[in-house]
Amino acid sequence: MKFTLSWLKEHLETDAPLEAITDRLTMLGLEVEGVTDLRSTLAPFTVAEVLTAEKHPDADKLRLCTVRTGTEGEADLQIICGAPNARAGIKVVLARPGTTIPESGQVLKVGKIRGVESRGMMCSSRELGLGDDHSGIIELPADTPLGVSITEVLPLDPMIDIAITPNRPDCLGVRGVARDLAASGLGTLKPLTIEPVPGTFDSPVRVTLGPDEADRDACPQYVARYIRGVKNGESPQWVKDRLTAIGLRPISALVDVTNLITYEYGRPLHVFDADKLTGDIQPRLATAGATIAALDDKDYTLSAEDVAICDDAGPQGIGGIMGGRDTGCTAETVNVVLESALFDPRRIAATGRRLGIDSDARYRFDRGVDPESAIPGTEAATRLILDWCGGEASHLVVAGAPPAWRTEISLDPLQVLRLCGLRLDTAQCRRILEALGCEVLAEDAYGVLTVLRPSWRPDISDEHDLVEEVARIHGFNRIPRISLPRDPMPTPVLTGAQVRRVAARRALAARGLSESVTWSFQPKAHAEAFGGGLPALDLANPISSDLDAMRPSILPNLATAAQRNADRGVPNAALFEVGPQFHGGEPGEQQMVAAGVRVGQSGPRHWDTHPRTVDAYDAKADALAALTAAGAPVGNLQTVAEAPAWYHPGRSGTLKLGPKVLARFGELHPGVLKTLDVKGPVAAFEVFLEAVPEPKAKPTKARPLLNASPFQPVERDFAFLVNADVSAETLVRAAKGADKALIADVAVFDVYQGERLEPGKTSVALCVTLQPTERTLTDEDIEAVTKKIVAAVVKATGGELRA
Amino acid sequence: MEDLETLRAELMSAVEAASDPAALEEVRVSALGKKGRVTALMKALGGMDPEQRKAFGQEMNRVKAAVAEAIDQRRAALEAAALDARLERERIDVTLPVRPESTGSIHPISQTWDEVVAIFAQMGFAIAEGPDIEDDFHNFTALNFPPDHPAREMHDTFFLPERADGTRHVLRTHTSPVQIRTLLGQKPPVRVLAPGRTYRSDSDMTHTPMFHQFEGLVIDQSTHMGHLKGCLQEFVEAYFEVDNVPMRFRPSFFPFTEPSAEVDIGCSRKGGELRIGAGDDWLEILGCGMVHPNVLRACGLDPAEYQGFAFGMGLERIAMLKYGIPDLRTFFESDLRWLRHYGFGALDVPTLHGGLGR
Repeated sequence: MKFTLSWLKEHLETDAPLEAITDRLTMLGLEVEGVTDLRSTLAPFTVAEVLTAEKHPDADKLRLCTVRTGTEGEADLQIICGAPNARAGIKVVLARPGTTIPESGQVLKVGKIRGVESRGMMCSSRELGLGDDHSGIIELPADTPLGVSITEVLPLDPMIDIAITPNRPDCLGVRGVARDLAASGLGTLKPLTIEPVPGTFDSPVRVTLGPDEADRDACPQYVARYIRGVKNGESPQWVKDRLTAIGLRPISALVDVTNLITYEYGRPLHVFDADKLTGDIQPRLATAGATIAALDDKDYTLSAEDVAICDDAGPQGIGGIMGGRDTGCTAETVNVVLESALFDPRRIAATGRRLGIDSDARYRFDRGVDPESAIPGTEAATRLILDWCGGEASHLVVAGAPPAWRTEISLDPLQVLRLCGLRLDTAQCRRILEALGCEVLAEDAYGVLTVLRPSWRPDISDEHDLVEEVARIHGFNRIPRISLPRDPMPTPVLTGAQVRRVAARRALAARGLSESVTWSFQPKAHAEAFGGGLPALDLANPISSDLDAMRPSILPNLATAAQRNADRGVPNAALFEVGPQFHGGEPGEQQMVAAGVRVGQSGPRHWDTHPRTVDAYDAKADALAALTAAGAPVGNLQTVAEAPAWYHPGRSGTLKLGPKVLARFGELHPGVLKTLDVKGPVAAFEVFLEAVPEPKAKPTKARPLLNASPFQPVERDFAFLVNADVSAETLVRAAKGADKALIADVAVFDVYQGERLEPGKTSVALCVTLQPTERTLTDEDIEAVTKKIVAAVVKATGGELRA
Repeated sequence: MEDLETLRAELMSAVEAASDPAALEEVRVSALGKKGRVTALMKALGGMDPEQRKAFGQEMNRVKAAVAEAIDQRRAALEAAALDARLERERIDVTLPVRPESTGSIHPISQTWDEVVAIFAQMGFAIAEGPDIEDDFHNFTALNFPPDHPAREMHDTFFLPERADGTRHVLRTHTSPVQIRTLLGQKPPVRVLAPGRTYRSDSDMTHTPMFHQFEGLVIDQSTHMGHLKGCLQEFVEAYFEVDNVPMRFRPSFFPFTEPSAEVDIGCSRKGGELRIGAGDDWLEILGCGMVHPNVLRACGLDPAEYQGFAFGMGLERIAMLKYGIPDLRTFFESDLRWLRHYGFGALDVPTLHGGLGR
């Protein structure tokens, strides 16, 4: 919402400086988004007089001028000027060297033009930012005093742009803004009287509301007036200045009237060229498929939900949004029908949205125009039309009536204290509400007010709305600041799942992976390659075609991110993300996953350590680290050589706790990488944090007593020859199970496949640590457990001990 | 006696001349060994008279001790020299770079999450979470957005496909639906903070289709707008680690709060550097207000009995302000150079007692 300072002051009596007004607007909730005030920029420009203007000795189109500045004791200036109207005797706008010219932003310097010195500049309107005129320099009236700043002689009206929240349609007109300022104590609202213009004849164009209740709900009131014999010329200059200042293009007097009333009172209007109408007017729901060419020169197809302003020939306007092109006013218009109607805000919003039209009328109607404004709006506009265009007005044509809006609301000042912490008495509340246009109907013995809200405030319907108004006008800055009462000692607040997430994140970062945050959506082709692509997870209105599906996995985002880094010259990316992935379109069908990728080499080239290609074991280590940090019982996990199709079938695995999948890891499938356009190999993992069991609640934090054995542990090495498809974990588990009391650890320290072995066989070497707890082991003890280990491994694997 | 002195001198020079441990051992054996010269002379003691034997014996022992000590000293010297020589051979170039270790990093969004949680936990807020995919009821209706209300248009909503019953789920446009889920599941008093991903179909210099918000909600029987101001003032000062930050509560509009306010904090931009605190400029950082009675009713609470406030803030925005990160879009680009530069160490866990910022 834009308006000028002088426009505001037509409604508000105040001496407050501009800055005080804009500060107050912001603190009233009418946030100032911008102020254009040329008065400070133009202050250094002064009124001067051209004494002489001769032809430049070396240029035909330039003039060598002597300019009197009017400043006491200052010599006349020599200025070269190219303007065709530069001549002796005129009063001009002078810029001295050192002044910034608004149009170019350049600081003016003393210059030499074709060898002649020039000590200033005489300005055109455009150079000062005052308009588009650049046909010549500004000529001020002959009686303008010399030497004064032009801000004292030019009408420089500051423009204020405020943001209006959807609940405040009343401030989509200057009058409403002035009322809020006055209520807050900044100035006084000037009284407003709109005198009815008496009609002299009956309108030849009649109006009937639509036949159905739905029609009358959509347009409950339609006021029209026929004005004959007008001459549609240009508006007065002050009107054109005002409209230009707020960014509107003056069109013609008739159209400018409607724009002026729209911005002054928040009351949209429309004018038809009466001679282009066929028969009478009826606002009603449109026939689906009806078309109309609107004033923006575009064709629109209406639906049965849109309001059309119809004459006997069909729709001539899109109700509440835009008039029709074919019945609009032109310079030739002689007879007009002025429309001032009321529409259902929701319907206007829906139509506007569907047709994609953002007009000043729609902006106001879909937020709620004052239901009592149709007739005063017509009267105010009639007055202006008769003043500017002449003509003769008919009697008003009024169809329908404003819908009921009056409700009594009570306000107990104690509610202001209860909700806002502000102790205001009844008189203070009453003053504020009355200043906003409320009518106080009663005040009871306890100071509770019974209030009738003003018709222009559809946002006020209940006591808490009045509380807000009182607090807002009194000032939020006067609400005392109070600390939230709280327990003297804060208690932990994170849930187990939240603690696990933080721990997994920091553990992965400690392992050298960088945390990333990627979109929750991804290209559908990527989602499909990772088990997703459910229609229920497609976005109906994606921001772009490559962000059109909710992600079933974080991995495609990380893999493509790693590739982007490689393309930027940062290879060997190690990235992870902790975030949601989605398996269904219903709320809650998502799970929290810590996923990561490593690509390229294990590190940079180094003089001592040779980097190797990342592989599934890197991913497995990452997954285990995240699980450990998340508190999973890592010692009890089973590694199973199976994983979904997006992993390399031979280089991937699943970490399970019983039947529960806690994590997956491995190299990504080369075919999938091709879909992602990523160069492999990529080692990836996914840890399903919510699958990690909650630790059992314990009565104390005490740990079990340390039971450190005083006896020396003993290590024994074994090499088994097994079929190549026997997993290492089978051997380790079998060996561990051979004597659970004595065997403290089993480690794989060598794996060999090759020509020295029979094909299809693998040699796996285990180092078993025996930890006695009661006495030092004897040779017999060791011999006995050795036998048990060999027997257990042979039984579990079908292999044999290597000689 | 003369030959004893000669012997001593000879042995001493032999010890001195031994150039390595083996030669020294030879000297020792030739002098003090079973067949050594000193040993041989000791054997000769047997044939001497007692007087002579005593004097000669004492002299002999002195020689023997002196030789033995010389051998020990010589051995120590040789060993030290050998060690020096070995250490000299073992010299390395300590200027060579160490073996590579990759250091990871924590994303500024996570770090800020941790910081914000630390502050609000101190004020007794629990952390609540909700789904990213929401139904219309939780995202709009229960939050007092009437159907077709223009306020819904302020949210550029992402929609999922139409479901069998004709409704469409949305990607939550704010974290406020967590207010509803919390109040439907828990009786007041309630103090929760709800951080999470939010989505708007908007993408330009200052908007991304996904971003993070955190929502605060306090509901009980007495919390009013003064508490809201106090709570946010304390948060702002703790988070930005600046005392007496000027704050401005501007009336505004949100369907789910009334009164509603947008909050600005004071700052200065002298010399192109943004500083939070006293200054001549304002920065908008959050929206807030008293929970609207319709929201309380939608959650089965009587507005005559319960009241409280809610606020919502952009996580990226306050991270950008605190850590001087210029561009929102870069948060989601996974550019390792950016992640390493603006990220935080794995061990930089923010705490109130240790200080939040690094």
